[in-house]
Formats: sequence, structure tokens, C-alpha cells
Amino acid sequence: MIEASPWLTVAGLGAFHGLNPAMGWLFAVALGLHRQSRTIVIVSLLPIAIGHAISIAAVAGLLVVAGAFVPHDLVRVGAGASLLVWAAYHWRFGHRHRVRFGMQVGLCGLVVWSFLMAATHGAGLMLWPALMQTCLGGGAAAAGSVSPMASALAGVGIHTLAMLATTAVIAVIVHECLGVAVLRSAWLNFDLLWVAALAVAGALLIANLI
Amino acid sequence: MATWKPDPSFYPSPRMAMKAAPETLAYVATFDPERNTPDALAVVDVNPNSKTYSQIIGTTPMPNAGDELHHFGWNACSSCLCPNAPHPHVERRYLVVPGLRSSRIHILDTKPNPRNPTIVKVIEPEEVADKAGYTRPHTVHCGPEGIYIAALGNREGKGPGGVFLMDHETFDVLGQWEMDRGPQQLAYDAWWHLGHDTLVTSEWGTPETFENGLIPDVLLGAKYGRRLHFWDLHKRKHVQTIDFGDKYQLVFELRPAHDPTKAYGFVNCVLSLENLSSSIWTWHKDGDKWAVKKVIEIPAEPANEDDLPPLLKGFKAVPPLVTDIDLSMDDKFLYVACWGTGDLQQYDVSDPFNPKLTGKVRIGGIVSKATHPGAKNGELSGGPQMVEISRDGKRIFFTNSLYGAIDPQFYPHGIEGWMVKLDADPNGGIAFDPNFFVPWPAPHRPHQVRLEGGDCSSDSYCYP
Repeated sequence: MIEASPWLTVAGLGAFHGLNPAMGWLFAVALGLHRQSRTIVIVSLLPIAIGHAISIAAVAGLLVVAGAFVPHDLVRVGAGASLLVWAAYHWRFGHRHRVRFGMQVGLCGLVVWSFLMAATHGAGLMLWPALMQTCLGGGAAAAGSVSPMASALAGVGIHTLAMLATTAVIAVIVHECLGVAVLRSAWLNFDLLWVAALAVAGALLIANLI
Repeated sequence: MATWKPDPSFYPSPRMAMKAAPETLAYVATFDPERNTPDALAVVDVNPNSKTYSQIIGTTPMPNAGDELHHFGWNACSSCLCPNAPHPHVERRYLVVPGLRSSRIHILDTKPNPRNPTIVKVIEPEEVADKAGYTRPHTVHCGPEGIYIAALGNREGKGPGGVFLMDHETFDVLGQWEMDRGPQQLAYDAWWHLGHDTLVTSEWGTPETFENGLIPDVLLGAKYGRRLHFWDLHKRKHVQTIDFGDKYQLVFELRPAHDPTKAYGFVNCVLSLENLSSSIWTWHKDGDKWAVKKVIEIPAEPANEDDLPPLLKGFKAVPPLVTDIDLSMDDKFLYVACWGTGDLQQYDVSDPFNPKLTGKVRIGGIVSKATHPGAKNGELSGGPQMVEISRDGKRIFFTNSLYGAIDPQFYPHGIEGWMVKLDADPNGGIAFDPNFFVPWPAPHRPHQVRLEGGDCSSDSYCYP
């Protein structure tokens, strides 16, 4: 159970990220409505997942490399502090992003859009407390013959698959059954949840409770 | 401050917004043309079941005199639900109310008491000039990157005018919107097609050419605005100019289709130098480019020289002076205000290239001075000007003043302010509500109307 839990957390965070309308399922639904195509809804989710994965992988890769040169405790505290800063930034200025892509976006644009959304939301950092256990020791999962980088990439893969599955399920349900009218009542304030998740993840890291 | 669910006045699509409950309040910008007393934002009761129906029930005076309140808008609207840049939990709560003459911007909070908005922030003209390089703020729209304000002058009060951005929560002036303005110099209105990543701007003139009234030489020389500009909304880059030609002057109000999948809109040209007619043009996507087509021409009406102001005597005709238009939420009806003749016309624009006249009323007018069943003193001055349509398309509100310095050029005997309401038949046809005539308290005159919860020129949508 203990060995499986970081991976489950990694997947669970994938579902959490996928659930957030700002991470892409809603964009896919909107593009499908604009172009009157169910296929567009599904096809759009792939570049969105790829952009998300690149963003997460970049942060994970950076921290794994850092772990090879500096003490793991320093990486842990550094990531924790970054998370707290990100939470504060997101809480205060999260709404003030430059908008680079609109409804005429292409598939490459969606990759970049999703990358930027995940990056500015601190999605990769939020994943780190769980991912760290799989690749930088501290957890049993890292003990073995697998290199830290391979473990981190496996984590990124699991996270992204969970995110993709979640976005696909929600996008299809909203596009096929509920309609976007559901946004009026069901769009909870994900920004607040997100800030809380960033702050909790940062606090756990700094307090070394993971 | 933060809410768990989106603001209930945000609707994903115009179709859904049409089902919104009828508004009970209208906010009206009102100004003193003599600049002696402070301008104000008035609150008018538009709930027919209320005892104070058709009365001004609140007035929020500005801190200074001489601002010339004109157009204004909300801090946030339905575009906050857009998927590419969502801000769904911002509240539609604040009215952003610029002074067109003073360049001062007032932020009014409508939340604690919608019937008595309070001023919570005043942005002095120096701040806008320093941070954005613009003055004479005009159109206010809530959109993907916050609040967009179209301004008519640069910091020296000359050209180029343009668009600047404000934060929709803190009201910090964020800076100039354009990254590449291309050949654009003159500014007036701005709006967009969110579904086509396109912003459109129109042209009036630089402040020195209108702040003391229209200058006949500039007008007859076709030096006022006559172009549309099309921009990439997200790259903030000028992509195309369409020049209407040297016969046409004053290209004003931009009314893009509300349905974000449609790539067309309507704009009014106030004056043809050839025959004093006004015209409505449809802009539309034609392949990769934008194109325009004149779809309505409203002729001038012959008139007795004695009935005309000095500016028009030689022409022996009263021009329609179409100075505002508004498009219903379902993109079906276009309302056209003829400030010169006194007509308010309704066109069925289901086919945007073949409008059909479906209704007409007349009130005021330079020559006709037509009255209203609710008016007590007979002849009315001014004419239909700023028009606003309820989200369900059933009620049309309008006021009668154009601009302090231009009013006396066409109505030299003065304008007594009024605001009226029409009832619209969903199948076409309009009629005055005999119980809605608001005689405006002098010395103020009313200009733009905004309806509680949103109206047909306040919100834009990302979903069809």
C-alpha cells in the first residue's frame, strides 16, 4: 500500500488538474461547438495533454537534475518555498495573464496554450511532493534499479494519462449531454482550490511531512 | 470578494442570455453641458410593477464638474466564461465610468445598493496618460484580458487614439493595448469577434476637431474618420484597414454579431457628403480578408430653411444623423437612431446583407419635434440617440443628447433631456410604452444607458 501511494497521488493530481476547466477540457468543448464537430472535441484533448505533460516534465526534470547536484533536503525546501510563492502569486495575480490564443487556435497553438496554462498555474510544482517520492528517495518506490529520471518520467506519464482520461470524460459528458449551460451552476472556484492545493503541497514539503 | 460559483449574470452563450430575467434598473450617464455642476450616474426604475416605474430613483454625482460622462461599461461580463482565458469568479459589480472631456475614470460599486452606486475609486487623467499614453476615454468593454477602453486622443490630446487595458479587479491601468498599430490614427469605438480572434475599431477624430463642436471645414474636407480597422485580438496587431471613401464621414458604433461563430457586424456612417444621408454597413469575412457592404441608406428629408439650424440652412434638408445603432441578442433586429430626423427604426437583419424595415417611431427631431404620449409639454427637442436593448429583446431604451458641444450645432434652441422606452414585438414592430417618459432634470442631459445584469452592447460570448 505504502509503495503504491505516491503513484496513486500522482494519478489523483492528474485527475484534479484535468477537472479544472482552465486546464483544457472546456477549450476542447468550445472548439467542438464552434466547428460543429464531435471529433474536434476529442482531437483537441491530445495537444492539451501534450502541452500539460511538457510543462510538468520540465519542472520534474529540473528538480531531478537539481537532486543530482545538491542535497535532496535543499531541493525539497526549495520546491516547497516555490510552491508557497506560486500560491501567493496565483491568489493575487492569477487572473492577469496575457492571452495569446483564442478560438481560432490550431493544434500546435493548443500545445503552447496548455503548456503556458500548466506552467503559470504551477501544475508541475504541485505534483512534485508526490513525484519526489518516486524518484528522489524518501519513499520505497525509488529503491530499485530504475534511475530517478526514468521514475520521474513514468510519474509524468501516469499523471498525464489520468489528466487526459478525466478531461475526455468531462468534455464528452458536457458536449454530448449537459451542454455549456452547466457552467453557470457547476463551475466551482477552482482558483481557490488551486491556491489551497499549492499552499498545502508547499507546506508539506517544507515541514518534511511527506 | 471571491465567490464559489460564477456570477449569475454571466451566460455562456447569447441564446442563454436571452432567457435572463428582465432588468429592474437602468444606469444612465448624465452630464451638465455648461460644466457648472458635477455630472452624475443616474439610476432609473424600469420595473413596470414598481411604484417608482420610469422615475430617477438614485443619482451618484461625480467628485468634479465638467467630466462629460458619455459611455461606460462593466468591469466583467459573460466573456469571463471564455475557455482560453477564464475568469468566471469575478463579479459583475463595478461600473467603469470615464469622463470623455476630463479623461478622469470613475469606478462605481453597484453591489451594496444597486439603486445607489458609490464611487470607490477615481483614476486621474495623469495616471492613464502616464501608463497608457492615452486621453479622452470613450468605449468600455469587458473582455479576455480585462477591461478594454477605447480612447480618442494620445497624451497630448492629438492622434493617435487607441485602446488601453485596465485590470478588472484592481482597476490598475495596465498600458497601451496595441503592439503594432499599423496605419491607424483616428479612434472611436472598439469591439470584437471572440470567435474569430478579431478586434474591430472605428474612427471619429482627434479631440481638437470635436471638443468645440464639429468643424465644417474638417467635415467637408472628409478629414473626420471614415475607416474601419481590423486587428488580431491576441497578437494585438493591426491587420487590415477598410476605407469607406471620401464621401463618407464619421464611422461610429460597432455592433458585431453576438453569436461568436458568425463573422459579420454592423456599423453606422453618420453622414454622406454627397446627399447628407446616413448609412449602415455590414462588415464580413470574405475569404481571409474582411470586406464591407452598404446595406441601408437613410436619406435626408427636405425641410424649410427657417426650421433648420445655421449649419444646415444652405442644404434645405434635415439629415437623419444616424449616431447610434444596436443589435438584439439573437442578431435578428438592428435598431437605428436617427438623431436628426427623430426616427428610431427597427430592421430585421436575419439576412445581414438584406435588412428589412420592420418598425419605426418618431420622437423629437430637428424639424418634426415630435411628442410622446407621456410628455406633458408638447414639442420635444433632441432626437433618438444612445439606444440599449434588453437581453430578451423586448424592451428598447433610448435618450436624446449626443455630445455637449455638438448638441447646439443641430439643436440651437437647446435640448431638454428625456429618456423613453419602446416595447418590441418578437416578430417585428415597435411602439412607445406610454407610461415610460422620463423628463430629464435640467441642467443635465442623458447619454448612454446600461441595464442591470447586462444588455445587448455590454457582453460578448465564446459559446454559440
